[in-house]
Amino acid sequence: MNNTLEYNYDVVVVGAGHAGCEAALCVARLGYKTIIFTVSIESIAMMPCNPNIGGTSKGHLVREIDALGGQMGINIDKTFIQSRMLNKSKGPAVHSLRAQADKKNYSYQMRKTLENTCGLDIKQAEISSIITEDNQIKGVRTTSGTIYYAKAVILCTGVYLKAKCISGSDISYTGPNGLSAANSLSQSLIDNGIEIRRFKTGTPARVDKRTIDFSKMNEQKGDETITPFSFTNKEEDIKREQISCWLTYTNERTHDIIKNNIDRSPLYSGVIEGTGPRYCPSIEDKVMRFSDKNRHQVFIEPEGEYTNEMYVGGMSTSLPEDVQYSMYRSVPGLENVHIVRNGYAIEYDCINPLQLKQSLEFKHISGLFAAGQINGSSGYEEAAAQGLMAGINSVMYIRGDKPVIIDRSQGYMGVLIDDLVTKGTNEPYRMMTSRAEYRLLLRQDNADQRLTPTGYKLGLIDEERYRAYLNKMDMIREEHNRIKEVHISPSKEVNDILESYNTTPITTGISLEELIRRPELSYKKTAPFDKKRKILDDDITEQVENMIKYEGYIARQIRQVEQYRKMERKLIPEDIDYNSIGNLRLEAVQKLNQVRPVSIGQASRISGVSPADVTVLLVYVKSLQKEDKNI
Amino acid sequence: MNDSDTIAAISTSLGNGGIHIIRISGSDSFDIIKKVFRKGKLCREFDADLYDSHTIHYGYIYHENKCIDEVMVSIFKAPDSYTREDTAEINCHGGSYVAKRILKIVTDSGARLSAPGEFTKRSFINGRIDLSQAEAVMDIIRSQNEYSLMASVNHLKGDIKEKITNIRDAILYHIAYIEAALDDPEHYQLGNYVTDIKDKINDTINELTLLNKSYDNGRIINEGITTAIIGKPNVGKSSFLNFIMKDDRAIVTDIPGTTRDIIEYSININNITLNLIDTAGIHDTDDHIEKIGIEKTLDVIKKAQLIICMFDISREFDKEDEYILSLINDCNSIILLNKSDSDKRMDTENIKTHQRCIEFSTVSGEGYDEFANMLEDMFLKGNINIENETYITNIRHTESIDNSIKSLKLVVENIESGMPEDLISIDMLDAYNYLGEITGDTMSDDLIDKIFCEFCMGK
Repeated sequence: MNNTLEYNYDVVVVGAGHAGCEAALCVARLGYKTIIFTVSIESIAMMPCNPNIGGTSKGHLVREIDALGGQMGINIDKTFIQSRMLNKSKGPAVHSLRAQADKKNYSYQMRKTLENTCGLDIKQAEISSIITEDNQIKGVRTTSGTIYYAKAVILCTGVYLKAKCISGSDISYTGPNGLSAANSLSQSLIDNGIEIRRFKTGTPARVDKRTIDFSKMNEQKGDETITPFSFTNKEEDIKREQISCWLTYTNERTHDIIKNNIDRSPLYSGVIEGTGPRYCPSIEDKVMRFSDKNRHQVFIEPEGEYTNEMYVGGMSTSLPEDVQYSMYRSVPGLENVHIVRNGYAIEYDCINPLQLKQSLEFKHISGLFAAGQINGSSGYEEAAAQGLMAGINSVMYIRGDKPVIIDRSQGYMGVLIDDLVTKGTNEPYRMMTSRAEYRLLLRQDNADQRLTPTGYKLGLIDEERYRAYLNKMDMIREEHNRIKEVHISPSKEVNDILESYNTTPITTGISLEELIRRPELSYKKTAPFDKKRKILDDDITEQVENMIKYEGYIARQIRQVEQYRKMERKLIPEDIDYNSIGNLRLEAVQKLNQVRPVSIGQASRISGVSPADVTVLLVYVKSLQKEDKNI
Repeated sequence: MNDSDTIAAISTSLGNGGIHIIRISGSDSFDIIKKVFRKGKLCREFDADLYDSHTIHYGYIYHENKCIDEVMVSIFKAPDSYTREDTAEINCHGGSYVAKRILKIVTDSGARLSAPGEFTKRSFINGRIDLSQAEAVMDIIRSQNEYSLMASVNHLKGDIKEKITNIRDAILYHIAYIEAALDDPEHYQLGNYVTDIKDKINDTINELTLLNKSYDNGRIINEGITTAIIGKPNVGKSSFLNFIMKDDRAIVTDIPGTTRDIIEYSININNITLNLIDTAGIHDTDDHIEKIGIEKTLDVIKKAQLIICMFDISREFDKEDEYILSLINDCNSIILLNKSDSDKRMDTENIKTHQRCIEFSTVSGEGYDEFANMLEDMFLKGNINIENETYITNIRHTESIDNSIKSLKLVVENIESGMPEDLISIDMLDAYNYLGEITGDTMSDDLIDKIFCEFCMGK
């Protein structure tokens, strides 16, 4: 008797976190029959750690996801309770948007979007294994034995693979918030030749708002002018009452409590074996590693509009409960705090991302993709970006089309994925602006310019939005050209205004462009000289201003990008035998065999491959091409 | 490596050849020729477009309106050249000095110094060399790259390497701080950070400029010039010796008393090796003449090819000084008027009639540059043995240091004009990477590691 249920889909998405949601939505929107699995319907797009979306470089990722037709930007615009543009006083490349989310609402809105997407089924079930045949994915099996056949499978398991939560000696084998862990899938991946590693991350306690004395903290309000994440929104579409965050500090007493109990920390006693991120270390790590700092910032952030739970940002910990109490209560304003949920560390299985192609498909199992924390990244935004790209490329795979690769000069997404699959990572990987070598071109304000045409071509951006985009581009071009033609002659009126901005008066005629380029001036400040100026949206004038002000650097980076692309276009044959190239150093051969780069450019970014190796490779590849021609 | 820019190199051996050839290849070759070359006796502008490929042209190399050398320039138009790119060859007069000078002018005019094997590589990539030669080409590239890297790193004297490493570390720290603050603005505030480091960046620029001067002529080992330091007791012979031996620019080698037992030290300044003889007396007592006697001094003067004669200008000019001055009359000599930083008591008019006379201070280093230049004038006119690799290594270093100085100057400029920090760090990173070319360190993930190691980041 055979009671096994069997279903057929185009694409199976395993996991409904931030990667899974983007992947499933994108595939279904492109017209493919999709099913998304989650261990709990309640946990769709759950934010188990910080209650915000965006931040430095992560904000860029969200803008890019939106520009390409993803969901994260729209969803946070619907559900934010505070919004800030970080680094506003610094250069345009590092302006970064960050919004506090109402976690419950964020999750609910995303679920609603999923539920109302045609061709997308949601299923609460745990996947126990993947089914492969001849190095090709065939589908997945649930713990109940049901088989879901699919042309492509995207693994977005987050931190759930063999998850283990640790708070002092209190250890539970669950995912975040007591959700059940996925305990079988790891073995199935190993059986299919996938290399598994163990990473660790952590989260601070959530505390009761009613037990906090805010008078001892500094209030952090949202921006008065709100920049939406989604290019589809204008400020007036999303403006709302904002909720504050609060800033306080740890002190010597806090640090003493931690130091005195460090032997009880699972991190230091060896209970935790996984590698944690250097970017967001636990408070015990901060205190031990940076002992010269006598205080650390603590951000008290609301978890939502309708809850009293507050997130204690900056004090992630896996210390035992009693130490957590005394430690948090040593912080000004938290003297009587009640902990609703303890802080904990979580260990989980993830894969070595060097096993993936740039399309996020496994090199040795066609049709199997992976996205998000399973690839060794950390962060909601990093996950969502990968989810979207894995979704797009699963469709390309089914269609038999070439994968869509966003390269390092097109987006932070490209940097993220290229770093993961080329350099690999030994800790949960976080996006940073310093990782992007062409960041002046990868600004958050021009994400649409970089990616919306691609989204349109794919079918993720509709006609109406694309036309609006083209219109915006025309307006930017027109305004930029117009400004180049505006000439300012010296006059008392002009020079009085210039002097009021502490900038040198003019003695001869000067172009408006030159004036805007002066550090003391800006597009807005030059309005009085520019009589014919039309009223334009900020997102247009901002781009015009950036193009003018940073022209030299932008031009420089564009030249570098041309060089970079040239190397990316020099492709390496897939079947190349590195062992047969006698002139490569052994280390280079090993690394090249592991990564199997697609281009000379990618090869040059692998650590352990020297410039000389790259040259040798270049000559070798060239000689192969000639051989082909000769035949 | 960049395959689209224009490269240049001296393609003849840098020995005592009759002529040298500077080869330029790449799309800007003819533009560069236009900038540096003037055709014919009338020094007309030269436009390669007006002439056929494979023609040779007589004229002059000019730099800043000064004639550098009389040359012949051959032009080869793509694809009919060795590299299949536009190529020009400047045939200049023998003497590595002139060739190096012209190469420097060419690289300053837009060419980049070629990497080892790069002409051959381009020739291959552009399809000039056939398949059977591919292996050989790779061998050349492999071995030359490794050799040059090794040579490059080996030629770095310990303290220079240390100096560059220290400068790089300091720059990296600044970048890491700025980047940490940009990536985590809630934990690290920039405040006036960049204006505060401006002076330090200027110091670094000065330090690098000084370092580069020392490289100007590379450092080579050759036969050397037998040199003696003479002077009355306590004129500062010993301080002078210590000063030049300590200076980074001087390569000091201990020569054991074997064949040339009179040589104690070999010091290389601006390509010129000075083999110092009979320094024992100087070190022991600074009391040369009295102790060993006039006869011995005369003997030393006879042996030496160069005499460095020292006077202490904080003292009166006396009979002994007069006698010493008379001794060097017919010799190749340089007079150092020492202690130029103290009150001057000596009437130096008489001494200053001497052809080569420098006011010098072993305390401030005043006069040292002049001294080094003088040596060059005396000994480096055309005929000197130069070992290719060392020379190439040095010019490469110079280029890297030059580039890093340019980047740092941009940093200062941008700080002054109030440009945002994220642009400032771009130039700092460039400077850091250029210096890495010298020590053989590549960037890889230095910055990210530095950020995490120095700064407590994140939530």
